[in-house]
Parts: sequence; structure tokens; C-alpha cells
Amino acid sequence: MPEWLENLMPNVAAYTDKFAESLSATFQMFLISGLFTFLFGGIFGILLTVTRRGGIMENPVLYQVVDKVTNVFRSIPFIILLIFLIPFTRLITGTAIGVRGAIVPLIFGATPFFTRQVEAALAGVDPGKVEAATAMGSGKAGIIFRVYLHEAVPDLIRAVTITSISLIGLTTMAGAVGAGGIGSFAINYGQNLHHQDIVNVCVIVLLIFVSLVQSIGNILAKRTTNHSLFQKKYTLQEETK
Amino acid sequence: MIEISHVSKTFTAKENNVAAVRDVSLTIRDGEVYGIIGYSGAGKSTLVRCINFLEKPDSGSIALSGFGTVTAAEGKLYFTPEGGKGQTPLSEKKLKSLRGGIGMIFQHFNLLERNTVYENVAYTLKYSGMKKDEIRKRVLEMLDLVDLRDKIASYPSELSGGQKQRVAIARALANNPKILLSDEATSALDPGATASILSLLKDLNKRLGLTIVLITHEMAVVKEICERVAVMEDGAVVEEGLVYDVFADPKQPITRRFVESSNGMGNLQKLVEQNSTLLDKSRNSVLLRCVYGKDAVGDALISDVSRKFAVNMNIVLANVEMLQGSPLGELVVSITGESGNIDEAIAFMRNSGVRVEVIADARVA
Ligand SMILES: Nc1ncnc2c1ncn2[C@@H]1O[C@H](COP(=O)(O)OP(=O)(O)OP(=O)(O)O)[C@@H](O)[C@H]1O
Ligand SMILES: [Mg+2]
Repeated sequence: MPEWLENLMPNVAAYTDKFAESLSATFQMFLISGLFTFLFGGIFGILLTVTRRGGIMENPVLYQVVDKVTNVFRSIPFIILLIFLIPFTRLITGTAIGVRGAIVPLIFGATPFFTRQVEAALAGVDPGKVEAATAMGSGKAGIIFRVYLHEAVPDLIRAVTITSISLIGLTTMAGAVGAGGIGSFAINYGQNLHHQDIVNVCVIVLLIFVSLVQSIGNILAKRTTNHSLFQKKYTLQEETK
Repeated sequence: MIEISHVSKTFTAKENNVAAVRDVSLTIRDGEVYGIIGYSGAGKSTLVRCINFLEKPDSGSIALSGFGTVTAAEGKLYFTPEGGKGQTPLSEKKLKSLRGGIGMIFQHFNLLERNTVYENVAYTLKYSGMKKDEIRKRVLEMLDLVDLRDKIASYPSELSGGQKQRVAIARALANNPKILLSDEATSALDPGATASILSLLKDLNKRLGLTIVLITHEMAVVKEICERVAVMEDGAVVEEGLVYDVFADPKQPITRRFVESSNGMGNLQKLVEQNSTLLDKSRNSVLLRCVYGKDAVGDALISDVSRKFAVNMNIVLANVEMLQGSPLGELVVSITGESGNIDEAIAFMRNSGVRVEVIADARVA
């Protein structure tokens, strides 16, 4: 670390290893739980869309179940969810502490949120497009993938962006189950030891991370509005002449 | 041929049920342009959506030549092959193949916004087992048909309404259906684009032998391209027939309103209501509406009659339409003269094949 940085934040310099460890824990929690959140939330969001009244696979019972479960988990504050899920977490991952112990509650905390986001994104797809696809003989899979998911891409990107940001927030609370990460680093080494520079650095790191996610999300959402991300060559006129 | 027999559809809602289609039977012939006209909520869309089962009829059956008959009963659909007997539940696969044979276009185009024109037109061809270069050939062919080859790489957001509808037409016809359903396809377009889409449809009808079922609430559209028309009101077909006949002699009040709205004769109602001086009621006049077709010539008749019966005929409104290549004339005249002569004149005109209707009779009895 350069000298001027060391002078600016002496305590961070003293705990470089711990800091790096925390960063890595945060990234692990974010990436692994994010992956599952997007998978499960995506599936539930699609389920809500297709099983609702007038949906392409109308099923009131399934809709009600997914809808209610989503609401229940959404209304539990994350810190409570964290301890509430301890027995379940232990069952799944073998341990309820550390990064592995935090993944399950993180997924449970973020999935309902993402589910609603996906549901809203898909609800934004004009039913006329679904109708046109049906009239053209598309089946259920065709409508889900070629119409709903495809047309909602910009909104889905926004959903991923905002869920990622909220997930980053949740990981900072995972320190409560000894998962480490930036959050607990800020508390244990910053606040408890009265090292304000450590707290400051944690804030800046989180700020940069969140801004980065937000900017990438914004750019991709904008690029995919009324446009595919990469235009396929065969659609270009030059190719076809 | 599309044979709709006794199709009914009721939407059940919490508060009240809506009988959107009530026992409708229609036969649409191969290769014709068939209009369905009616006011908003008349059930036009619901009826047409029953043809490709976007809407499941409560009862009735639909027979499509080259496919078979689908019968609706107790919330289920049954299939009977052409010329065959017996009913088997309509499979998902059969339903898809039925839909594959029927193209559909909509008021709001319903193109996929994140796909290029090319990808939109290729929608039904992709994943159909067709090779990539065959798909490209077909897409180009379709784009040539609708005259949009240069827009192949554009996105719908970069096109005008008329161009979007052209893409929708190309998309609907890409897999070679024999039938095209058009639900208010020109209602969101300006008059210029409307005219060009209508002439495109007419052209496709002629060139490809495409059967077109066209929903509209504008009589002008029917007049422009339809051979036959059904008038719907409150879920039922109240009048049906050749466009020419329906125009020449509308039977139902609603049909009459549609006809008048499209030819300026609607003004007559206003003139009568406002007691306009144009109607010239003071001098023992009788106001007549004369409709004459290909067999009678209106203008010559007027001078002929006024000479023969010593009456004065004053033309208030006149209109000539060309329907499917045949002229249809309509005249509103006020006729003055001796009462007996007027009666004779009217009888003479009726005998010469003119439909005469007395709108107002100001003769002193
Ligand atoms: N999915 C639905 N659920 C409940 N009621 C419906 C539904 N679709 C149509 N209706 C009702 O059925 C009736 C006929 O509707 P339809 O859309 O067929 O009329 P339309 O003649 O096409 O009218 P427009 O010219 O406005 O398109 C209306 O009263 C409408 O409110
Ligand atoms: Mg309609």
C-alpha cells in the first residue's frame, strides 16, 4: 500500500488481510446467493405470471400458494429471517455459520423481492403480443421464452440490478451469523475498535460497488430497450443481398 | 370455407354475464373478403377469435375446409376430421396446426419490439424445422410482398404505423396460411396508410387467393374491399349478404346507420330534423329517397319523369358509389306538382326498378 494511503487510513493498513478476507466473503455471498435468487425468483415470477387469472396456464391454486409464500417471506425482516432459518440452514448446508450459513437466508431474503420484480417486469409485456404469438401457434414454452422473457429483457435487467443492490445490503447483515464480510468488518474492526477510517473505507467500497452495479444495469437496460443486445448479422440487409 | 354454426360465447364475471356472441352462424367462402361490422362491444372480436380458438366458444362448431370441424361443448373442444365421423378431444398439436393455417393481424400490430423486422417475419418459421437459408428466402419473399425489403434490419420502434402493419401482415402470412383474420387492422392508421393497407389486403386476396375475414367499425372499409358483410349488434348477426345488396337495401336500422355514415346521406336526417328550407316543404312537396342500381339510371329518370308527369323534381342530395365494380346511386329529391301526378310519378319510378321511399309528405290532404 502506498505511503500516503497508509497515512490516510492507518488502521485499514494494519488489517489489510482481514479487509481482503471480508471483501472476498462479501463477494462469495453475493455471487452464490445471487445466482440462486435469480434462478428461483425468475421461476416464481414466471409461475405467477402464467398461472394468474387469464394467464396462459391459469391455475388459481398454484398462483395463490406462490403469491402467499412470497408475501410471507417478504414481510419478515432479514435479521429475524437469519435466525429463524438457522435449523433449516443447518439441514441444507450442514452449518448455520460462516459464509455457507449465510447463503440460505440470503436466498430466502432476496428471492421474494426478485419474484415480485420479475412478475412486474413480465406484467409489462403487452398481452397483445402474447395473443399474437398464440394465434401464430406458439406453445407455452414459446410464449414464455420468445415473448415474455424476451420482450421484458430491459425490465428484467432493471430487476436484477435493484435486487443485486438490495442483496449487497443484506450481505452486510450476515455478520450476525459469523459470515464475515464488509459489514462485520466495519462493526468489529471499525466501530468496536474506534477506527473511523475503517468504517469510512467500508462505506466507500460499498458505494463504489453499488454504483458500478447500477451503472452497468442502466446501460444494459437502455441498450436492450426496443433493441436486441447484439444485432444478429443475418438480419442485416448487406448479408442478405 | 369457414363454416361457423351456432357459436355462442358468454363471459362470466362476478356482477353480470356478458353474452358476447349469441348463436351466430355464418359461412365464409374460400378466397373472399368477408367484412364483419358493428359498433364497439358488438362481439366482433370475440366471434373472430373463436375461429382460431383464441376464445373458446361455449357451444357451436367451426368447420374449416382442409382441416376439419371443431365442436365446443361443456368447456371442451372436440375435433372431427374432414369427411370423417366421431369426435375426439382436440389435441394441443391439432390446435397448433389449425392456428398455423390461419394468420391474424391486430389493431395495435403486436410486433415483438426487441426483434428486427426480419426476426418478426421469421417468427413462425424459426424452430419449425426449416433451414436457415430457406427461412431467409421466405422472409425476403414476404418482405417483397409487402414492399418493405429495405426495412429488414429495422426495429418496430423505427417504423410508422402503416409499415408496422405491413410487417404484421408479412409475419402472419409467412407460413402460408389460407385464411387471414384482421381485427381492426386499419383503425389505428391515418387515411393514407389505411388506404394502402386495404389495397395491399385486396391485392393479397387476389394474388394468393387468401380468404380474409375483416373486422371493422367503418363502412368505408367494407365498401372498399369486402364482397360480403355481416352486421353484428349485441352479439348477434342481424344482417348479412353481398355488400352491394346491403348498401342498396339495408334492412336493419343499425345497417342503415352504417350505410348513411359512409355516404353522406346521413345529412338527410339532419336536414329533416332541422326543418331545412332545402327540403322545400311549403309548396305541396313530397320528399323522396330513390335508390337505383345497375339497371336504372337515375339522372335520366329524373328528367324523364318530370316531363311525363308534369311535376318538378328538385335534387336535394345525390350520391353514387362504386361497389365491387357496380354503381349504386342514391338521390333525395323533392317533388312538387299535382297530387295525382306525384303518385303516378312515384309508381312509375318504382316500376322502373328504383327503390323509392317517401321521407316526408307535405301535401295537404
Ligand atoms: N375477456 C373478456 N372478459 C369479459 N368480457 C369480455 C371479454 N372480452 C370481451 N368481453 C365483452 O364482450 C363483449 C363483446 O366484446 P368484443 O371485444 O367482441 O366487441 P367488439 O365488437 O370487438 O368491440 P370493439 O369494436 O370495441 O373491438 C363486450 O361487452 C365486452 O365487454
Ligand atoms: Mg374488437
